[in-house]
Amino acid sequence: MLGTVFDNYHYAVVIILMMTGLYTVFASGNLIKKLVGLSVFQTSVFLMYITIGKVMDAQPPILEKAKDYALNVSGNYTAAAGESGGGGYQFVTDIAYSNPLPHVLILTAIVVGVATLAIGLALVVRIREVYGTIEEDEISAIDYGYNLEGTSR
Amino acid sequence: MIFVSSAMVSTLILDVGFMAMLVVVAFAIVRLQSLFAIVMLQGVYSLLCAAWFVSLDAVDVAFTEAAVGAGVATILMLAAMLLADRESKPVPINRQFGPILVVILAGIALLFALPDMPTVGDGNSPANSYVGMDYIARTADEIKIPNIVTAVLASYRGYDTFGEVVVIFSAGLGVLLLLGLDGNAGKWKAKPNGIQLYAPSAPPARIKPDNDGGESS
Repeated sequence: MLGTVFDNYHYAVVIILMMTGLYTVFASGNLIKKLVGLSVFQTSVFLMYITIGKVMDAQPPILEKAKDYALNVSGNYTAAAGESGGGGYQFVTDIAYSNPLPHVLILTAIVVGVATLAIGLALVVRIREVYGTIEEDEISAIDYGYNLEGTSR
Repeated sequence: MIFVSSAMVSTLILDVGFMAMLVVVAFAIVRLQSLFAIVMLQGVYSLLCAAWFVSLDAVDVAFTEAAVGAGVATILMLAAMLLADRESKPVPINRQFGPILVVILAGIALLFALPDMPTVGDGNSPANSYVGMDYIARTADEIKIPNIVTAVLASYRGYDTFGEVVVIFSAGLGVLLLLGLDGNAGKWKAKPNGIQLYAPSAPPARIKPDNDGGESS
């Protein structure tokens, strides 16, 4: 079991980063610092997904043109391996590429993460306008200092 | 054979270096009090992640993370920090025990599940076997563009990307509705029933409401 953990130290580091972000979310009383912690947590999850999709000794998931591949392998240009008819390219699909599916999912997640971050920050600014503070304990003190009609307790 | 092993060693050095820097930056974010430093370190964290994504063969994710995660997110956070406070209060020590306990327990649970994960770089793991490899095989014939991620994003999962655009639009609409279009974001002061809401114990706000406005998104 220890050997497996050592082989998968990527995941162990990602878990440490994830827990650091979680601790920032839990322990910090400042709302902006909480959002930074959320962002760190989120980026760590992205790292885990991308690590799963990595294939050792593989290329990034961008198809090589058959012409370029022949050039790379043999060192000199061989025209016979080049274009097919109609202007299209032939691609090499039998060499190892990393898994593109996690990349697509994480691309979507990054953009959605920024959208939620923008909403969260807008809420923080509104809270600052109303309460005059973005510290959690001070907001709670104000909340408990007034009754529902807004007159002081 | 020597070339492969040296490439693997350099990849290993890169990976370990990025991991160490990420951990240091994450711990610094926890320890610091200045919100400006925290926000900038968050940008550094995203940029380091982007560099590691290149090492992990995810080039499209890398430049999206560098542009959106390290660029746009940092700008949004800086704008919000300008409209709010510049410093965060230190957390009292008796409020740290609970979070530390929860985090350690959750971390142990996750580490306990770690041996079930596929080995890093295993091309035959279940995650790397079926759908992703099918996309690689079919993109060359069906979409005829070199970048498989673009093909999947815009063609095979086009509706997913459309939903993403809807999410961004909703978020922009929400931010506009929350902050208003008049450029007075952060300036408004609520006075329900004519009473200024401030806690009796709360110190006055830690930022001068000077005229450096104009950061409405």
